[in-house]
Amino acid sequence: MAAHRCSRSALLLILCGLTLFTAADSQETTVNGGHHASAVKNPQTSTETADQTTEQPAVEERRWEATEVEEATPDDAAADKQDSPVPETVVLTSVPQPKDDFQEELVIRPLHSGDIYASFQFRTVWETDFTRGNKVSHYRLFPKSLGQVISKFSVRELHISFTQGYWRTMQWGQPFQPAPPGAELWVWFQDSVTDVDSTWKELTNVLSGIFCASLNFIDSTNTVQPSASFKPLGIGNVTDHRFLRYATLPREIVCTENLTPWKKLLPCGSKAGLAVLLKSEKLFHSSFHSQAVHIRPMCQDWECKTTSWELRQTLNVVFDLHTSAQGKREWSLFKMFSRTLTEACPLASSSKIYIDITDNPEGEQFEVSPATPLLSQASVLGDRRTFSVYDLTQQITFGTVRSLNLLIRWKSSEGDMLRPLLHGERYVAGYGLQTGEIHTLMYNYHPYRSFPVLLLDSVPWYLRLYIHTLTVTSKGKDNKPSYIHYQPSKDRVRPHLLEMLVQLPPNSVTEVTVQFERALLKWTEYTPDPNHGFYVGSSVISSLVPSIVAMDTNSTRERPLFSSFFPCKEESSYFVRVYTEPLLVNLPTPDFSMPYNVICLTCTVVAVGYGSLYNLLTRSFQIEEPNPGLAKRIANVIRKMRGVPPL
Amino acid sequence: AAADAAVMPSLKTLRGQLAALSIAAVVILIGVPLWWRTTETYRAWLPVSQIQELANLQLQLSADVEVVFARGTVTPEQQKKVPLTLTQDDEHVVDGDLRTTICDLMVTKYEGCKVSNVLNSFVSRGHSVEADLSLHTLSESPCGSLVVYVIPESSSLLPEDVDVYVGQRRTALLRIGAQTRVGRTLEQLLSHLEPRVKQVLQVMSFSHTDITAALSDRVRLSPGNKESIADSMRAFKSSPGYEITFSLLNPDPKSHRLHWDIEGAVQTYIQPLLRKLAPLANFSIDSQTLYYAMLGVNPRFDSSRSAYTLNSDSLAHVINPVEARLGSNAASSNPVLNFLLYVPDAHHSPLHINDHKKQEVPSNAFHSPRWGGIMVYNVNDFYGPEAAFPVDINIDMAKVMGVFLAQLRLLLGVQSSAPPPRFLVAPCSSAGIADWELDRLMWSRSVENIATATTTITSLAQLLDQIGNIVINDNIAQQVSSAVTSLQLAVAELESGNLRFALQYSKEAILASERAFFDPSLLHLLYFPDDQKFAIYIPLFLPMCVPILLSLLKIVSDARQRRREKHAKAD
Repeated sequence: MAAHRCSRSALLLILCGLTLFTAADSQETTVNGGHHASAVKNPQTSTETADQTTEQPAVEERRWEATEVEEATPDDAAADKQDSPVPETVVLTSVPQPKDDFQEELVIRPLHSGDIYASFQFRTVWETDFTRGNKVSHYRLFPKSLGQVISKFSVRELHISFTQGYWRTMQWGQPFQPAPPGAELWVWFQDSVTDVDSTWKELTNVLSGIFCASLNFIDSTNTVQPSASFKPLGIGNVTDHRFLRYATLPREIVCTENLTPWKKLLPCGSKAGLAVLLKSEKLFHSSFHSQAVHIRPMCQDWECKTTSWELRQTLNVVFDLHTSAQGKREWSLFKMFSRTLTEACPLASSSKIYIDITDNPEGEQFEVSPATPLLSQASVLGDRRTFSVYDLTQQITFGTVRSLNLLIRWKSSEGDMLRPLLHGERYVAGYGLQTGEIHTLMYNYHPYRSFPVLLLDSVPWYLRLYIHTLTVTSKGKDNKPSYIHYQPSKDRVRPHLLEMLVQLPPNSVTEVTVQFERALLKWTEYTPDPNHGFYVGSSVISSLVPSIVAMDTNSTRERPLFSSFFPCKEESSYFVRVYTEPLLVNLPTPDFSMPYNVICLTCTVVAVGYGSLYNLLTRSFQIEEPNPGLAKRIANVIRKMRGVPPL
Repeated sequence: AAADAAVMPSLKTLRGQLAALSIAAVVILIGVPLWWRTTETYRAWLPVSQIQELANLQLQLSADVEVVFARGTVTPEQQKKVPLTLTQDDEHVVDGDLRTTICDLMVTKYEGCKVSNVLNSFVSRGHSVEADLSLHTLSESPCGSLVVYVIPESSSLLPEDVDVYVGQRRTALLRIGAQTRVGRTLEQLLSHLEPRVKQVLQVMSFSHTDITAALSDRVRLSPGNKESIADSMRAFKSSPGYEITFSLLNPDPKSHRLHWDIEGAVQTYIQPLLRKLAPLANFSIDSQTLYYAMLGVNPRFDSSRSAYTLNSDSLAHVINPVEARLGSNAASSNPVLNFLLYVPDAHHSPLHINDHKKQEVPSNAFHSPRWGGIMVYNVNDFYGPEAAFPVDINIDMAKVMGVFLAQLRLLLGVQSSAPPPRFLVAPCSSAGIADWELDRLMWSRSVENIATATTTITSLAQLLDQIGNIVINDNIAQQVSSAVTSLQLAVAELESGNLRFALQYSKEAILASERAFFDPSLLHLLYFPDDQKFAIYIPLFLPMCVPILLSLLKIVSDARQRRREKHAKAD
């Protein structure tokens, strides 16, 4: 009976094994099916899978046919306006004034560390109105894809940046366009939008497709509505921050696939003009790379009678002395970009290269060749800078070799950089996996002026901030913020938002600390590599810093593009935005095979308990004759052979 | 005592057996239903039987045809005897496997000489276009119906070699044949008219081939007929909306500064057509200018003509590099019709397209099925002797839009087969499309929409049937049933000949069915299949079920043994 039972259970086990195997097989197929289904999810591709198969031959059979127009159609249509005969194609004598304008610009600033900072700006200004009801549908220089996005989602302002690397303010000074590491997106919607959240969700999905980035991961858990830090940069004094959305993805990796769609938005593409320099293998072999798109409505004239839309595409890159130049302090366009310039973009109304020579008035620091007689002065970031200008629309710039290869050769490595007046840092303190403390340091290097700064912190919900532990100290004393806007987080719904206005005393460090507790995530909420840690986006410090020189407040005057990004309201100060480092925080991470182990263990315990109980209930126990021992049995066998009765 | 000893263990085993049985009962009666209920996926009710009914796709199209006899075609006595309506059935089985049946139903209404006086006044003047217009104003025929005016043989309304005149509206003039003069019997007259009215109907509303083409997704076409396949695949598939994009490609902005008044041209040439097509679909138009956009092939220089040529076999490679820059509409997912105007660069100009016979294509344009059209616009004639680059060039939009309009008609499926001999088709109006052409398109689009929506709904039902893990939420069930209702309504409207409503319902059906099919909630539980669940359950179920099963087996074998013993005792 026992043997019987044994063979039965063995059979069952084998059966189970078989089901497991087949189960694994079918699992594979269903997973494939799932992928397939997600691939067809996009309704644009096809209506259904059945359709796809039948459509296949259609693609192969695609034929090109000459168009026959012997139909009377066009003639008839033309005949309708017979009275005003359409003129034959003629060389125009009066050219219609285009309503759009394109400018391109490159600023090169040699940095004191020996690195070199190159900042590209491309600006398309289009005199049209996206805000009113009329549908904008005919595009010339403005890219169609972005225009459609603006008009469909009723966007007033859109700022998006993709950055790889961290801008080192203390070594490099202030950048022309600051950007945090990773991706940043902030959008002001028009006040006609009723459901801002769903529009924002759709917009991020569309932008994610346009820029080939993971912006679709922007959801309510990383979106905030800052109340003061992000004001519109264009016209319109909308201050209702219900129409503002701000999100960062500090983890976003920026690479070639983001650069290609960005270049496609330029009217000349990468075929002519300054954009030929944008070769990805050089651009991404650098210490810092940041590309951005800014769209905003602008005033066309001083009285702001006509408005226009400005699309500004910027690309900032810092080339490293040691990796790119092999340690030699010598730079040229060819060395930086492996290209030289031969022409301006024919569509550009202005195409210029600026080289910052402020620290080099007599050429004792570095030497620029070919030399240019054109000099220009601009007040930028609170300083008056001098630039040599190369105008690419002039044929003389390219000289006899018909190509421009700017060369910067350093003579001495001395010299001191003007220290930036505002600087920020951030780090996580504490030990263990339960609590921690975020420290944000803000430096005011101004020798005698104090100025207020706005600090914006957006912290994910899984770091639970203890807001009662918030302290702001400068010079060892408590510094009470004059304005605090705090929005607590909701688990899995929205992040913490902390905004405050702090007065920074002259020549001081202000430290903001707040303690937090790390939350336990659900096991599906962990990223694929949870032991890498979780990113917390940069803090944003925005401020009007007192300026040493008088700033230019006329926003409509012709100025170099790099100095006209942030509008200046008063002469005595200029706007600066500083981003701190993003944080990388470790969260308590479980062993991910644990759930299955726990299930197995529990089940085994239950089975053992149940089994013994079951046996107790169903078995009948009786005393059995003790088995004769082994020796006795052997003795019996021997006795049997001998014919003696057994024991 | 011996009997007691025999009873005692049997009582004990009985107790054990009872315990095993009650545990098994608890497991089966409480445990299994509890487990089943708690791990069930939510599946809303779907109208499966109705979907299966629809899958057969039995369509009945019926068109009202009104036949009006002009004076001089029938005698007054005959006129009184003319039957008021005549219904004709014509059944086609499009595909036996799918049981797709199309049943044309032609309702012919004969009407007396109500309008013959008006007609006769035109007969005397002999102007068919005017006749067509005023006849239309006389009897406003609804969408999808036809009026055929039968005029006497001697009428001078039509030219000598023309028997049938197809007007711009929903009217046709039919000249009565020579063999049916006045004095023949009415039956002869009607039997003579019948095939010819049918022919008119095939030109003006729908024919078997149209419907087959509209059903090309469901029906496998016979491979031999390549021409008809090409015809049926040229037009875009039916969709609730289309994006029309005009792109001006300027590969050489250094030499050409191009100006095109696209806004005005769209208003003048494209909008009238689209306004006419509005019941069919929503159209949105935009345009862009692309600089440095090159074609994918290098044109060959033909020294005999001192021009560059593109051969027809290389046209297939022209688009690919351009297409990457055209961009799709970021804000909608409707199909895009691309129309490209290519101005060749100064060094490759003039550029001509050659057809298969190495002949220059007069329009210098070509189109690609279900994609769009390209036109090459040569500007080298306007360089002038001094040729100061860049040259400002104003593009002649009338010429360009003529080509694009013809291509647009083809791609939307407006243009159809050539009319049969002795037919005269009126020239297009300013809208670029005649009423009956629109009707024709609406017939085939309704059928196509119904077929597509049915396929979508059927495959969704099959999918949901096959994969039991998919959660069917209430909103999906609602979409499915609204799609089914719209489909049924569309089929019913087709049957009764209300073309406009049929199209409307078929569009609603498509929208609802696609929304149900592509709902993201259908994907959620696909990744949590049965086998994974069982992998987790087995550690619990196996040790629990094995003792129960074994003890049940033991009980059964004990019972059997006891019975055998009883038998043995009885013997």
